[in-house]
Amino acid sequence: MNSQHKNYDVIIIGAGHNGLVNACYLQKAGLNVLVLEKNDWIGGAAVSRELTPNILYSNCSYVCSLFRPEIMRDLELPKHGLQIIGIEGGTTFTQDGRYLANYRNYHSKRREMARFSVKDSEAYERYSRDVTRQCRFIQPLLMRTAPDPASFKSKDIGEIFYLIKQFNELSPDQMAETIRFWTMSISDYLDEYFENDVIKASLALSGIIGTALGPMSPGTAYVLLHHYMGEVDGSIGSWGYARGGMGAITQALSSSFKSFGGELITESEVENILIKNNQAKGVALKNGNEFYSSNIVSNADVKRTFLKLVDDKFLPPSFVKKVKNFKIRGSSGKVNIGLDSMPDFPAVPKGDPCIKGDIHFTDSIERMEKAYDDWKNGTWSKDPFLDMMIPTATDPTMAPPGKHFMSCFVQYCPPKVYGKDWTQEKKEAFGETVIKQIEDYSPGFREKIIHMEIRTPKELEDEVGLTEGNIFQGELTFDQLLFNRPVPGYAQYRSPLKGLYICGSSTHPGGGVMGAPGRNAAIEILKDLKKPTSHARSAYEVI
Amino acid sequence: MKKELIKSKSNFNNPLKKTPFYEKFSSQMTQGYWYDWSGYKAASIIQDQELEYFAIRSTTSLFDISPLIKYRIKGKDTEKFLNKLTVRNVILQKNNTVQYTLWCNDDGHVLDDGTLFKFSEFDYRLCCQERHLPWLLDTAIGFDIELFEETDLVAGLSIQGPTSASVLNNAGLSIINTLKPFDFVTIKKNILISRTGFTGDLGYEIFLPNQLANNFWDKIWEAGKYLGIKAIGFNALNIARVETGFIVANSDFITAEHAIRNNRTRNPDEIGLSWMVDMSKPFFNGKDAIVKIRKNNLSKYVFAALEIDGKEPADGAIIYHDKKHEVGIITTATWSPTAKKSIALASMKLPYGQKIKSNLWVEIYALRELEYYKMMKKVSIVKTPFVKLKRRTLTPPLKN
Repeated sequence: MNSQHKNYDVIIIGAGHNGLVNACYLQKAGLNVLVLEKNDWIGGAAVSRELTPNILYSNCSYVCSLFRPEIMRDLELPKHGLQIIGIEGGTTFTQDGRYLANYRNYHSKRREMARFSVKDSEAYERYSRDVTRQCRFIQPLLMRTAPDPASFKSKDIGEIFYLIKQFNELSPDQMAETIRFWTMSISDYLDEYFENDVIKASLALSGIIGTALGPMSPGTAYVLLHHYMGEVDGSIGSWGYARGGMGAITQALSSSFKSFGGELITESEVENILIKNNQAKGVALKNGNEFYSSNIVSNADVKRTFLKLVDDKFLPPSFVKKVKNFKIRGSSGKVNIGLDSMPDFPAVPKGDPCIKGDIHFTDSIERMEKAYDDWKNGTWSKDPFLDMMIPTATDPTMAPPGKHFMSCFVQYCPPKVYGKDWTQEKKEAFGETVIKQIEDYSPGFREKIIHMEIRTPKELEDEVGLTEGNIFQGELTFDQLLFNRPVPGYAQYRSPLKGLYICGSSTHPGGGVMGAPGRNAAIEILKDLKKPTSHARSAYEVI
Repeated sequence: MKKELIKSKSNFNNPLKKTPFYEKFSSQMTQGYWYDWSGYKAASIIQDQELEYFAIRSTTSLFDISPLIKYRIKGKDTEKFLNKLTVRNVILQKNNTVQYTLWCNDDGHVLDDGTLFKFSEFDYRLCCQERHLPWLLDTAIGFDIELFEETDLVAGLSIQGPTSASVLNNAGLSIINTLKPFDFVTIKKNILISRTGFTGDLGYEIFLPNQLANNFWDKIWEAGKYLGIKAIGFNALNIARVETGFIVANSDFITAEHAIRNNRTRNPDEIGLSWMVDMSKPFFNGKDAIVKIRKNNLSKYVFAALEIDGKEPADGAIIYHDKKHEVGIITTATWSPTAKKSIALASMKLPYGQKIKSNLWVEIYALRELEYYKMMKKVSIVKTPFVKLKRRTLTPPLKN
C-alpha cells in the first residue's frame, strides 16, 4: 500500500462545483488544500464533455441561473474564463398545435399569455409580485449558515433573530402567504392565480424539476423559487448559460483554485474516510493510496458520505438513521443529443427566438401528474415532461456552425424499473419515448440526430456519484431545508465526527449550480480552524 | 477646402439625419429607442439591451458608427499640421495604423479625443465625437493642407465580439487575420477595415462609401448566421466600454469648447491620458500650458477606475473620504455582467485618488417604490480594464 506522507490542511473529496468553491475559499485563506476526484475529468455535474467529435455536451446540469455572483467576484472566475450569457425565449407547445412563448419583454410575454387567457395575462403581474416577495425572503438566507434552533450558542440565537426579523418585515397577510407557499403544491398555488391549463403547465414545470413529487404534491411550490430566483437578481446575466457549457464553471473554479496554489488529483476515487478516536485522519483511495489530513470535506451527497465512505461503527445510530431517511430519490433522466441542424418547429413562426430558451411539450398539469403516476408505479413516464434546451443556438462555441447540442431533461425516470435494474433495452426504450415526443412537434427531428447519450438515474449515480441520480443531492422540500438539511442538528456542514465536513448540495441551501453550500461550508471550516473569512464577502443585500 | 452644398430644404422636420445603415438597423428595431448622436438617428436599444451586451462578449455585435465625425486631412504639410494639433507624435505612427489621440486648446484643456487613421504621411482621417471645424481651420493657418469633413460620405460599422473574426472570414475577408490591434487595411472599392473598437474585445471597424453599406451589411449578416450575429444599440456598447475603462467626451469629461463654468475643463493628466502627451515634440497646441501645469502641480483632478461593493450601480454618486469629505464624483457607472462587479469611472479631487487611495466610499441612493435605500459602499481604486480579454490582442485572431 502506498501512502502519501505529505500532510494537507484539508482534503476535499470530489471536484464538483461545490467541492471546488469550497477548495478555493480554503486555499485562498492560506490553507494547504488537496482535491481528489474519482473521474479523469473534473466538474461533477457541471461539465462540458466532447461526447462526439467537435460537439460539447453540458450532459448533466444545463443552465446556471443561480450561481452566486458574489462567489464569481470573490474567486475572480471571469478572469479565469467564466462568462455567463443571458438566455432568450422559452416556449410550451400544445397538443392542438399551438405554442405559448415566453419572451423577455414584458409586453410580448403578456400578449402571448393573452392569446390563451386575457385574465391570466394580467394575473401574471400579481403572481410575479408574490413570488418575488418569497424570493426576497429566501435569497438573503442562501449565503448564511442555517441556525440550529436547538442550540444556545450566541451565533445561532443571532441567526434565529435574523430569521425572525426577516419574517417580521412581512405583513400578517404576507406571513400567512409565506407559510402556505412553503407547504403548498404548485398546482394549488397556481390555481389561485390562473385559469388556463397551458399557462399553468408552463409555470409549473420549474416547480417540480429534479423533485420526486408531482405538481399536486404538497411542498412543490417552494421548488419553484429555486428556479425563479435567478431572474430576480436584478442584475443582468443572472439567468443564463455558461459560455462553452457548464464545464466552464468548474474549469474556471479549478483554474482559480490552482492560481491560489491548490492541488487537484484526478482518477483518485476515495474508498473510505479514515477515522481515529472520533476524528477524521485522512482518506484511503481505491487504488491503495492514502492521504492524510485532520480535516476532510466531502462534496458527495449525505448518503454517499456517511453510508458509504464512513464506516457505520464510527457514527451515532440516530444520525445514521436520519441520513438513511433523507429523501434523495431519483426522479429524472437526461437525453443529450448532437444535431446535424437546427430542428424545425412548424408551430412557431420562422426565426422566432422563443426556441432559443427552454422548450416544453407538456400543456397541462394533469399530464404532468400522470407522468408522475408512472414513476410511482415504478417505471419511466410514458408521456414525460421535458425541459429541453439548445444552448448552441445562443453559444456557437460548443458546436461547429449549424450543428447543435440539445439537452433534454426528462422527468420522471426512476433509479430502477419495477424494482429491477436498468437494461440496455429499457434504456433505449426510455430514449425512444423522449425522441417520439419531440418528433410529434418537430417533424424530421430523428433524421437530424448525429449522436445521442441516454442517462437514467443509474448513469448519473455511477458516473457522477449522485445517489439515485437525484440532481439536487436531496429533495428541496420544506422538511429538508434550512436547519433540517441534511439532518437536524447537523445543518452547519459539520458531522458527528471531528474534522469531517460536507459541502455539497445535500446541505443548506441545496441544489442547483449555486456554489453557496461550498462557500458557506468553507466559512464554517475556517471558523473552526480560527482562520480569517474576510475574503468571502457577504451576500449582496436584497433591497 | 471643399465647398458644402447649401440645400434649400427645411431642416425643421428632420433634425436627425439617417445614416447609410439606418434602414438595416431600423428593420430590426422592435421598440423605437433612438437617440441623437451628433445629429444622426442612432439606436439606444435594438431589441434587448442585455442580449445585445452578450452579443458583444460572446458572439458578434454590429453597431452603427456612421455618425462619428470624420475629417480628411491631405497635403504636403499634413504631418506638421497634425503634430501641432494633437498631443502625440504622428511621425512615429506607421502607415495603415490607427492612433488613439487627443487635442487641447492653448490652455492645455482637452477639446476632444479621437482616432487618427494614417494612410500615408500626406493623408490622414481624424474621427471624433464633436465637430471641430473652426478649431481645425484656425490651427491649419500657414500649413499647406486640404481639410474637409467626410462624415456624410463614409459609412461606418463596428463588428465586435469573439466570433467577429470568423464572421469576416466567412464573408471572404481573410485579409483581417494578419491585422494586429490598431492596424488597418484598405481593400477594393475603398473599404477600410481596422482592428479597433470601443469594447475591449476582439473586433473590427469598417469604413466604406455610403452606397456600399447595404450590400456590405447583407454579406456580413449572412456570414454571421451561425455565429450569433446581432445588431446592437449604444446602451449595450456603453457597458462594454466602461468595462474596458474607455472614457466618453462630455460624459466622463467636459470638452473645453462646451464647458461654461470655471473649473469644468480638464487637462490630459486629469482624465487619465497623460501617457499620450509627447513632450519631446517641439510644439503642439497647449504644450506651454501643460508644461506649466506639470511644473507647478496645477492639476486639480485625477481620473479613477473604481470597484464598488455590492451590486447597485452608482451613477452620479459622490465619493467620500472617511465617509465625510467629498472627494469626487462618479461619471459613469454600471454593473459589469462579465466581471460580476459594480464598476465605475470617476473624477476625483487631488490628492484623493492619487496619494490617498484608501478609506474611500460612495453614497448610493437606490430608489425602490418611492423610497430611497441609502447605502454607503466601500470603494477600491483599480487599474483598467475591469475586464481583460486575451482574445482582444491575439494575432491571428481566435476563431470563437
